[in-house]
Amino acid sequence: MSHKTRDLTVEGLSRVEGEGAMHVVLTEGEVADIKLRIYEPPRFFESFLRGRAFTEPPDITARICGICPVAYQMSSCQAMEQVCGVTVDPPIRALRRLLYCGEWIESHVLHVYFLHAPDFLGVGSALELAADHRDLVERALTLKKIGNDIMEVVGGRPIHPVNVRLGGFYRTPTKRELRPLGEKLRWARDAALETVRLVATFDFPDLEIDHELVALHHPDEYAITEGRIVSDGGLNIEVAEFLEHVTEEHVPYSTTKHSHMLKRGRFLVGPLARYALNYDQLPALAREAAVEAGLGRVCRNPFRSIVVRAVETVAAIEDAIAIIDGYVEPERPAVPVEPRAGTGHGATEAPRGLLYHRYTIDAQGSILEADIIPPTAQNQDAIETDLRSLVAANIHLDDHDLQHLCEQSIRNYDPCISCSTHFLDFTVERR
Amino acid sequence: MSAPGPKLAVFKFASCDGCQLSLLDCEDELLAVAGAVQIANFAEASTTVIEGPYDVTLVEGSVTTPHDAVRIQEIRSASKYLVSIGACATAGGVQALRNFTAVDELASAVYAHPEYLSTLESSTPISAHVAVDFELRGCPIDRGQLLDLLTALLAGRRPNVRNYSVCIECKHRGNVCVMVAHGAACLGPVTQAGCGAICPSFERGCYGCFGPMESPNTKSLSGALLGRGLDQTAVLHLFRTFNASAPAFEAASRAQEKGEGRR
Repeated sequence: MSHKTRDLTVEGLSRVEGEGAMHVVLTEGEVADIKLRIYEPPRFFESFLRGRAFTEPPDITARICGICPVAYQMSSCQAMEQVCGVTVDPPIRALRRLLYCGEWIESHVLHVYFLHAPDFLGVGSALELAADHRDLVERALTLKKIGNDIMEVVGGRPIHPVNVRLGGFYRTPTKRELRPLGEKLRWARDAALETVRLVATFDFPDLEIDHELVALHHPDEYAITEGRIVSDGGLNIEVAEFLEHVTEEHVPYSTTKHSHMLKRGRFLVGPLARYALNYDQLPALAREAAVEAGLGRVCRNPFRSIVVRAVETVAAIEDAIAIIDGYVEPERPAVPVEPRAGTGHGATEAPRGLLYHRYTIDAQGSILEADIIPPTAQNQDAIETDLRSLVAANIHLDDHDLQHLCEQSIRNYDPCISCSTHFLDFTVERR
Repeated sequence: MSAPGPKLAVFKFASCDGCQLSLLDCEDELLAVAGAVQIANFAEASTTVIEGPYDVTLVEGSVTTPHDAVRIQEIRSASKYLVSIGACATAGGVQALRNFTAVDELASAVYAHPEYLSTLESSTPISAHVAVDFELRGCPIDRGQLLDLLTALLAGRRPNVRNYSVCIECKHRGNVCVMVAHGAACLGPVTQAGCGAICPSFERGCYGCFGPMESPNTKSLSGALLGRGLDQTAVLHLFRTFNASAPAFEAASRAQEKGEGRR
């Protein structure tokens, strides 16, 4: 290995949501340090929620992320409803899941085709892909639009839906309003299966990382809106116990707080974790698609997360169809929610993984304390660990190729940097 | 896809990414847009970067760090038309709630080591730093307005953006007034149109995400809201959320702080 010093800085990691930087230090051909630096400007949501009304977090926290606003709305509703001792009516629960399926479809299709697939196909963007594969890009856009259509019909608009409130919705859709979605979703099911077949043919770098996998688990469904928090290492806890097991650390180089599990260390949330822990709960069609794509029951190659996202898209579509087919117009759009002093916890599966909210409110419903732990913050250590292994295994590559591989590796996580708190510079220092 | 066309760039400041996602959410028109312009710099969607200057630059987000205050100057000098998109870029966004408290207090509540952060005391709109050629309101922006803006710039006409209130859109849609009929707290009478009156169509009051209309009568609306039983904190919060630092809304929330309009 060369003893000379090599510095390489490449600005702008693209096709991620938000901006961050990566810094790699190689000394004598060994990985000395790797940092994923996030300097997305901090926005202080948890602070300015203090003193606001308990009814406001679904609208306010949605603004943390334009890609997964529904996740924020659902985790905050769950937490507040827990404080106030409210359980929503079953048809409302089903409608919430339908809205969330819309977000999963939109977000997953965006990531699979627009953010991640260009890496495997050797193009700069999906729009460039359209020059030679217009039909493919059109399919992606139509599929993505169906996710947005669901959010529009159920939530009022795809970004920052307006219809979600504590206890349910402001207005529930009629059967007639949902029917056209059901018809589009039947086309979408085939398009999503085609997507699984397409991404399964990609060339995946070899990388298997043994992260502890953490996700929500629900016995009767592929957990999205509720469940217990479980891991492949034996963790099985109520959502309310989350902070007893996970700590956050503020590191100097980032506006995102790093998460660790006490006595366990780093862990991984998101599609790979959900898939491994909830394989049995996948709808049959999604499981068959996974088998056909050559995924085992557990997939530990982060590059293959694109296949898992495609499988989860099939699952979300199947679920959405079932919900629409079985939809009975609710008698009331929402359960009344009255404030009660206390602390509540909520966790749901954002497209990128577990999203935890905790609120303490007083008897008048004023928020005393808010705590939000987004999935990208929980995954930061896992991302750095993957990078370390990847760089170590590919140190022979030149800076250009090594950089490309690292960027791709970060994109495996569909990191939502806006969520946590801008620039992804890539720096390799070879000493 | 490097069809010779005007160069379009999209830049992000402090924001949720939602307004630039609105462009990718124009599923039916995206390929036509990509055919009519050169996507020269759009980090969220493409790795390909074409050097400026840019014909049309869309800027999302507000300025909250010293670094960003410098970056916006560079972007302005590289742009022919600069359009700020969304509540963050046009009014400072929800993060402008920091403008009403000391930022140190906020940082120490969220971060264990606020000294690691580099942040400004306030969250300010793009227009506070550079000349802006046009603004699109909304949290998030409306896709129809974004497409109209791009079409207008390509065709050399004025964008078709209305300055009247959400009330007019409710009338267009035939909505029953949620304030009159259901007593909902609604900012529709003082909020700029553009969304298509989504909230009232879902039987809830407008929460003002498109910001104040031209010459809004916030005093009259505040009085009406208080008269319907809302307390001052609720009225204050209604004005002080997604466009908290938009001048007309800021004045309205400060009036509540001073106890004006109480009956």
